[in-house]
Parts: sequence; structure tokens; C-alpha cells
Amino acid sequence: MLFLSQLINALQLGSIYALVALGYSMVYSIIKLLNFAHGDIIMVGGYIALFTLTSGLHPVFAIVFAIIGCIALSMLIERLAYRPLRQAPRISILITAIGISLLLQNLAQYFFSASGRSFPSHLILPPGAVSLGALSISYITIVTITVSVISMVGLTFLVQKTKLGRAMRAVSEDMEAASLMGVNNNHVISFTFAVGAALAGIGAILFATRYPLVTPTMGVLLGLKAFIAAVLGGIGSIPGAVLGGFAVAFAEVLVTAIGLSSWADGVVFFILILVLLFKPTGFMGKNLMEKV
Amino acid sequence: MKQFRKFAMVASLLVLSVFLVACQDDASTSDEDVIRIGVLAPLTGSAAQFGNAVYNGIMLYVEEFNARGGLQIEIISFDEEGDPALGLTGYHSLYDQGVAAIIGSVTSGVTMAIVPEAYLDHMPMISASATHLGVTYNAETGQVFTNMFRTAYIDPYQGYKLANFAFQEMGAATAGVLFNTGDDYSTGLTQAFVEQAEVLGLEIVAIEGFSTGAVEFQSQLTNIAAANPDVLFLPVYYEDVALIAGQAASAGVQSTLIGGDGWNSVLTIIADPSLLEGAFYASGYSNDYPSERVQAFLAAYRAKYNADPNMFSAQAYDAAMVLFAALVEVDDLGFERASVEHRLAIIDALAATDIEAVTGSITFDEFNNPQKQLLILEIQEGVSTFWGPF
Repeated sequence: MLFLSQLINALQLGSIYALVALGYSMVYSIIKLLNFAHGDIIMVGGYIALFTLTSGLHPVFAIVFAIIGCIALSMLIERLAYRPLRQAPRISILITAIGISLLLQNLAQYFFSASGRSFPSHLILPPGAVSLGALSISYITIVTITVSVISMVGLTFLVQKTKLGRAMRAVSEDMEAASLMGVNNNHVISFTFAVGAALAGIGAILFATRYPLVTPTMGVLLGLKAFIAAVLGGIGSIPGAVLGGFAVAFAEVLVTAIGLSSWADGVVFFILILVLLFKPTGFMGKNLMEKV
Repeated sequence: MKQFRKFAMVASLLVLSVFLVACQDDASTSDEDVIRIGVLAPLTGSAAQFGNAVYNGIMLYVEEFNARGGLQIEIISFDEEGDPALGLTGYHSLYDQGVAAIIGSVTSGVTMAIVPEAYLDHMPMISASATHLGVTYNAETGQVFTNMFRTAYIDPYQGYKLANFAFQEMGAATAGVLFNTGDDYSTGLTQAFVEQAEVLGLEIVAIEGFSTGAVEFQSQLTNIAAANPDVLFLPVYYEDVALIAGQAASAGVQSTLIGGDGWNSVLTIIADPSLLEGAFYASGYSNDYPSERVQAFLAAYRAKYNADPNMFSAQAYDAAMVLFAALVEVDDLGFERASVEHRLAIIDALAATDIEAVTGSITFDEFNNPQKQLLILEIQEGVSTFWGPF
């Protein structure tokens, strides 16, 4: 019984990690950038949703504005901070991403203060749970898992079946050759950032509904865990990101369940080290065709 | 440009030194019955909000003390900006200006940078807010800094008191703990709580941890719910409390929640206060405390500053009260002001302190930490109500 409850805890946590990891993977697959600002874009999305809700607008606007806000911010960051560095060594753009992450956190602290704000989650989804015998699964868990799976399927379709998806795969394979074939690299990369940011916006809503507190640093640990999930699953792979998200969550919950909660994060980061040492491509990273 | 900057720097230094000399001249003309006391506090910089709260508390008491006539206190303050190196500079400056004792500093980091030197100078010091164990005691060498006192209680003290509270007042037989493994405050409270629980025979049936920034506590709480302790101790800050309370309910935790002063203002950020119904938490000071001393302090503070005091102002007011009481006590012994003998006598008088102050009656233990009451607040119908001192 206890085991089953913990299993559901893991599913719940895993679905959030998966959604965020998808955003990491999308961007990485196309310009080989670990977008460390991804977690902080989720934070901004959280604040946008919070302010929309507290201003009295319908919750649908909160969802829409959070997604649009994340997309706009992400494309702006790409345009101003990443694009000028496209020809620079990869380490420069990585450090820029870390800089953006810190910038967003500090701006949020400056404008919204360092202390957290309560998120009116009941407006997005009424609290409650579906009972299965003695077990109960909260609505938000069901919604998060569903959204993660739909996102994964939708993204796979987008990448594999659409013209834009083909362009994305081409850019990912060889940027110069793609541009010779008439693909507008800048458009494709902007579009990829937009897709990643839309996922961040959705993630922000689900995250803030589940954990009803919005703080300037809410994206940090979430971003790190999702990053590990993406690496574990094979960064750049869409199903890999989802699988990695659930794997990280199961590891965390398992360690906690056996009474070693103080070690939960340590174990997760240790797994990252092991993966990087022995299978740097992750679970599903080997198959190049899986790459976006 | 560079030339100008150099000139501006030299000029401002000149102005500053003239100003300092002027200050000193002022002071030297004062009459015999004045004792100089130094105040070290971060009045600007990132810790300024604490520094100014402390400074206001001190100055309020100085004003009241001097108005009574008799011994007069002259405050010489130094803004250390929260910087340990500047704190040491400030200490030297105050020492050279012949202060008999120092109130400060505000943060543990700055205070710990000064204490070893002040100890060798036999400089009596009292801090209103430094809570780190190492402020009065060097655990590595076993050295107690006998010159250093404080009116803030140390972190472990709350854990110790709250274990007593759970056992004696709440009648708990079992307890669970959920704490932040990466935070000194949280681990300090937890360790003291668990140790005291063992002494009392309060059984710890679940102890779970999480790391800074975590938002998911469901699996820890599932374990705790299975162990079903009478009380669940949450020695964490209010943002964590808000998240934990919501998840505890959905994990089926039935325990009464208790916490330390990190819970202050939890009700401002929790969406559904009913989640904390019946919970208890501790605080060093409360404006709602219906004691005469607190209400008199509150009224005086409001009259002088047109704002409400917080815990820091109250503890600073108490620090000044404790120190000045010691000064009065040694005043007729005939020591030369700010001489080593005078300072040693002040230290002895401080160590023997037994005073009714705003934040409770204060005595010091062998580590010069205050032994005083906690104020317990209970959350009832969505508001913090005053339970009483403990």
C-alpha cells in the first residue's frame, strides 16, 4: 500500500520533470546548447500566470498569457543573447545561458522581491483526487501525466512528419548544408526556441498548480533535475526526455521510500555522474534517427 | 577622468577626516559622567534592514536611559556594511575612540570576525541578533569568548525548547521531523530537538530530509503519514512550510504541526490557512504579547519611529538594557572609564545579568547565551494567536 502511494508520487514528479526535460532536449538537439535559462523561463511563466489570476481575469487567460509570455521572452533571449554567439565556441554560449539564468532570477528578485507568493491554484484546477480503492491520485497528477504524454506525441509528430520538422532535423544534422538547401536557419532555430518555451509555459502552469508558491528561484532545482533527466534519457531524444524524467523521479522517490530522504538528491546527481561516465549518450541517445 | 577621480577621492577623504576629527573634538569636551559605547551595525548594504532595526532599538533605549538623568551614554556608531573586514576596521576605530563596551555586531559573520580580537582586548560586547553558535564559543579549541554576550537565542535552543513544549504542553508521545539538510538553521534545530526528545523519552518515529529549493515533499510525507507521529516538527522557513502543509494534507498526515521562528509570516503566503489550523510555532518577540513591557516598548517605538518594531529592534533594545544595567552596577567602583579593569568589571556584571527585559527575563548560561522564554503562537481560524510564553 505504502509502496503504491510512493509509486504514484513518483509518477507525479516524473511527469513534471519529463515536460521540462522535453524543453531542454528540443533546444539542445538543434543548436547543441544546454539552455540553462529554461528553468527560469518557467519561473517567469509562473509570475505571469500569477499576476493574470490575481488581476481577476479568467484562468484561461492565465494559461494563454503564460505560454505567450514564455515564447516571447525565449525568442527575445535567443535573438539578443544566443544568435550573436552562433559562430562562437560552444562554451561561450553555454556560459551566456548561465548568465541569462542568473539575470532572470535577479530581475525577478528585484521586481517581485525574494520572498515567495502564493499561487491561487484552485482557480486553475479544483483540488481533489480520484480514488482507486484506498489509493488516491490527485487531478493535477492525472492532468500533468496526460499533458506530458500528449506533448511527447505531438513533438514526435512535429519533428518526424511535418515540413518544419524536416527542416529542424536538417539544421540539427548540418547547419551549413541545411542553409544551402534553402532552409532559413534563423527561423528554424527561433521556432525551436518557441516550442521549448511553450512547453515551459505549460510546465509553469502545471508546476505552480501542484506547488502553489511562486518564487524567483523556483526554476533552479527543477531545471537541474530536468537537465539530468534529459541527459539520462539521451539529450536530444524526445522519448528519452520523458523516460529520463520518470527515471529520475523513481530514483528520488525510491531512495526516500527506503528512509534515506536526506540522500535523495545526492543519489540523483550520482546517477548523472555514472551516466556521463559509462553511457554518455543516455538511454536513447545512440539512435541518431531519434534525434530531432 | 582618472585624474579627476583621484582628486575626488582625496577630497572626500579630507572631508571625511575633518568630519571625524570634529566628531572627536565634540566628544572630548563632554563632562565626566558620560560613558562612550560603540555600536557596530550594517546601516547600509545587504544586511541594512537588520542593521537599522537593531540601531533603532538601541537608540530608543539610549534616549530613555539618558532622560532618566545620572549616568549618561554617548553612542559612537560605525557602519560596517555587513563586511567582516570593515567590521574589524570599525572595531579598531571604536577601540581607539575609547569606548567602554560595544553593542554589535548584527550578523554572525561580522561578529565572529571581531570576537577573537575583542576577547584579547577584554572588550565587553553584546549582540542583539547574531545566532551562530560560534559567536561566543569556538568549538574547535573549546574556547568560550567570555567577553561576548547576546540577547538573541541560538538556533539549537529553539529545538530544545520545542521538544520540551511538544512533550510537556502538547502531551506528545511520538514525533516526526522534516527538515532541510542543507541549511544550518534547520539542521541546528533538528539536532537539538532530536537530542532533547531522547532525553525526555519523546520517541522520534520518522525523520526525513530535503534539500534547499525542493518543492516536492510528498514521498517524505507518505513515510511520515505511515509512522503517524503525534507531532510533526518542521524546523524550516515559511515558504517551505506553506508547501509542506498542503502536501501533508494530501499525503494523509494527521500530526499536529509545530515549528520555530522561521514560520513567521507563513500566513501571508499560504493560500489556504486552514491547512495550518491548530499548528504551533515559536517566536522571540511578538507585538501582540500582552505584557506591560512589550506594550510599553511598542508604544515608545511607534512614537519615536512611526513604525512597528520587529524582533531585531526588541532584542537590540534589550541588549542596550542589559549592557547599561551592567554599566550602572560597576559605575561606583571607581574604575577609570574604558580601562581594562573597568571592562573586566563590566564583563563580570554582564555574566551575572538577571533582568526583566522586553523579550523576557534574561540570564546567561556558561556560553553567554541567553536563557529566556520562547513565545508560542497558535494558528486558530487562520490567524496567529498568542498562546503564551514557554
